Amino acid sequence: MELNLQELNATEFPVPVELEDNIAITSLSQLYNWGRRNSMWPMLFGLACCAIEMIATASSRFDFSRFGFEVMRATPRQADLMIVSGTVTKKMVVPIVRLYNQMPEPKYVLAMGACASGGGPFKEGYNVVSGMDKYLPVDVYVPGCPPTPQALLYGMIALQRKIDGQSIANGDDVPWYGVGSAEPTPVPVLGPDIIDPRQMDMIRRQAESAARDMEALGLRELPAITQIVAAKAETAEAVAEALPADTDALNVVLPTGGTPWQEAEDIREKRRLRALARKALRATRRAAQAEGE
Amino acid sequence: MENLAAAPEQPIETASIDDAIAYLKSNHPGAIKLDDRAGYEGIIVDPDHLVDVARVIRGELGFDYLSSATAVDYLGEGDHMEMVYHAYRTGGGGALVFKAQTDRENPAIPSLTSVWRGADFQEREAWDLYGIRFPGHPNLKRILMWEGFHGHPMRKDWREAYYEEELKPFDSRWPGGHVHRSEEKNVFGKNVNYPTDIDLNRLMDSSESAVYESLGLGVDVERIMDKDGFETNELVVNMGPHHPSTHGVFRMVLTVDGETVTSLEPVMGYLHRNHEKIGERNTYLHNIPFTDRLDYISSMGNNHGYVLAVEQLMSLGRKYNPPTYRCEALRVMMVELSRIVNHLWAIGFWLNDIGAFFTPVLYFIQERERILDFFEAVAGSRMMCNYMRFGGLFGDLPERIKSVSNLTNDRVRDYNTMQFLTEMINERIPRTIDELELLLTQNEIVLERSVDVGVLSAEDAINYSAAGPLLRGSGVAYDIRRADPYSIYPELDFDIAVEEEGDMYARYRVRVTELRESVRILRQILPRLEATKGESIWADGKPGAYQPRVPHGEAYGRVENGKGELGYYVVSAGGRGGSSNPWRYHVRAPSFINLTPLGRMSQGYKVADIVGILGSIDIVLGETDR
Ligand code: SF4
Repeated sequence: MELNLQELNATEFPVPVELEDNIAITSLSQLYNWGRRNSMWPMLFGLACCAIEMIATASSRFDFSRFGFEVMRATPRQADLMIVSGTVTKKMVVPIVRLYNQMPEPKYVLAMGACASGGGPFKEGYNVVSGMDKYLPVDVYVPGCPPTPQALLYGMIALQRKIDGQSIANGDDVPWYGVGSAEPTPVPVLGPDIIDPRQMDMIRRQAESAARDMEALGLRELPAITQIVAAKAETAEAVAEALPADTDALNVVLPTGGTPWQEAEDIREKRRLRALARKALRATRRAAQAEGE
Repeated sequence: MENLAAAPEQPIETASIDDAIAYLKSNHPGAIKLDDRAGYEGIIVDPDHLVDVARVIRGELGFDYLSSATAVDYLGEGDHMEMVYHAYRTGGGGALVFKAQTDRENPAIPSLTSVWRGADFQEREAWDLYGIRFPGHPNLKRILMWEGFHGHPMRKDWREAYYEEELKPFDSRWPGGHVHRSEEKNVFGKNVNYPTDIDLNRLMDSSESAVYESLGLGVDVERIMDKDGFETNELVVNMGPHHPSTHGVFRMVLTVDGETVTSLEPVMGYLHRNHEKIGERNTYLHNIPFTDRLDYISSMGNNHGYVLAVEQLMSLGRKYNPPTYRCEALRVMMVELSRIVNHLWAIGFWLNDIGAFFTPVLYFIQERERILDFFEAVAGSRMMCNYMRFGGLFGDLPERIKSVSNLTNDRVRDYNTMQFLTEMINERIPRTIDELELLLTQNEIVLERSVDVGVLSAEDAINYSAAGPLLRGSGVAYDIRRADPYSIYPELDFDIAVEEEGDMYARYRVRVTELRESVRILRQILPRLEATKGESIWADGKPGAYQPRVPHGEAYGRVENGKGELGYYVVSAGGRGGSSNPWRYHVRAPSFINLTPLGRMSQGYKVADIVGILGSIDIVLGETDR
């Protein structure tokens, strides 16, 4: 990368004209960012079809080294950027989170393609994670299936722009400039299905409530929690009935708990109730229609 | 025909399929009945006699190559599970299809690994996804999902967490037109679901040995990892799933004695994207773009195998027009170009693996870009071409190939298509191959690293169901384009590449020869394209039905893809009018089955060779794990 001092020079302190090519006065943040954005080494790490286009982007026709992405490193300990290039499966997300934890800070994640961004064409698959951001913080999403090399380059440059905007003064912006290193992201566990340790309590609670529901609904052999929730909806004009008669079923507001986690859970609960209510509504309508006929 | 056993007119190993079946019937009366369901072929064998019958099929009848073994769940259609086997002769000819049925409650079918080692991984897959047990299997563990996963997901009554409806198009999307995010309907906000009796306390084992558990290594990991004692010099080495040389997310667990590999266990499933489960919810047409994503280096070849299988089924129905000649010629051209891309890629990355890190491959990728430009102009996408249709193609060749990118350093493209093709086929690609050969074929380092390394004998290659360059590199001249021809290959002039030695170098040589043979085929295609200019690619001049109704029956369509035999087993369980969604959709993936002999090929070689041996098989994980 060419050293462009004018670009770096960002204060009103005057630099004598004859020294303009030799001296720049700038802020520490800018100097850091300038260094980081221009030596962003991606991890040599391919997941699926998108990886092939990533390789094409690295090779001579497109060549991302031109933009400071220099060279891919096979070990996470030498990488700054994780390009999640392809479908993230439940089996694979465990090592991916471990790799992320092994990367030194500052580190960035780029979700390449539909799969890494949100599940993509394989979203409903039983072994597919619907987007890398379910487990790791993602900085840039690049759409496409696969994104063309041009699109990937664009995404990488977008990441550089993002870095340009970061500041040491704002600890939330770049947590690694704060005190100490960040907590490692909890590594998911492969149980009967993949388990996000952050959801442990919720899973336990849901399992308990599902077990109760099973009894209440007189169900025997439904093994899985969401299927019980669905079964509840089947029998459940009950759900709609349980709500006070004058409630607008589609706008149930539940009290929110204290922690952000609790809050997220409540929102989900709300959504669930809404879905049930909608389903009940549809069933009623269908019944009315059938009667009409 | 009844008395064939008494007085065979031709030697049994070459008897026709019908004669072979008659022989089996006379040999095992009572154990065999013809499969007389409409549109089905072959025989149904009583599971108790399966192993005996299989021995006869392989030994006496000469069907020495087990191409595919897969399970089907006929829930509601007879309520049984079925294993379907396709056996071929390496001498050429059609398949002997045999099946064994078992009940759904407690499914078990004797393992055929003692007859064909190639059944090994395929039976493990059937256990993993269907829960069929195979008594006699040496290592019946899950292969694609992890040990401990709840349920056997390909069963028809197993529902994924984001389950919406049995079949696409889903009501909400069509004609309803409502889009939602599945996350919002899931209690956990993720694609997960748990059994109600989940025991979270038992799951937190993150010890080192847990990493190797459930692999059935046959070694005591704890003992080996105890490095305090001096008595052990064996070591377990884990490679992958994140490893620069595993060509994706593939994992190998090696036991080494010093530097010498004593055993190797491939571990896969890290890219298991549930292709088949999704494929059975999809309509037939939906599946074409999904096949692109199997072996994503050669999407055209994947399309071809799939449309052949479905066309085979459609031809059972009343209204079916086979593709026109121009369509066939175009298909063959695309497939051969894909083969070139595939082999260049394979050789390039194999060189990476043996130490020529990234320099050679850059030149091959350059060449690939050229072909991709052409694909992009014709099909609209560089990699995921989604080009073939049942009975036709997405479109004919465009008049000109134009630049679609506006990169400033990309020379603006605007070529006459035929001229572009002619130049590419007659000059550029042959030049690249010459250059490649000049620098590599007699290269001392290449020879030193690859001759006599990773040897697989011809018998083993057949017995392990190896396919493609791996099989031909071991001296078996088996190429489906010749052995069981399809499309217009019979009238094209080309040779099967074959080398006797069975080592890495032989596989390299096979690939180089195939590159040249592909160019030879392409040269014959060019005049055919000129001659059919203006002819439609569709039989009656306009595209076939968007949503074909496929008649009841089964079909196994297979093609010689870059990586080997790619087969699609498709079952249509339609009623009278046919169905628009496959009941069973199975991919016989060469990358998957070619890994079966990897352990055997690696024994006794050094750790550094393993990487090269894997590279010489040429796998792609999208296809291995599906
Ligand atoms: S986004 Fe498309 S190309 Fe990329 S990994 Fe997913 S399926 Fe493959």
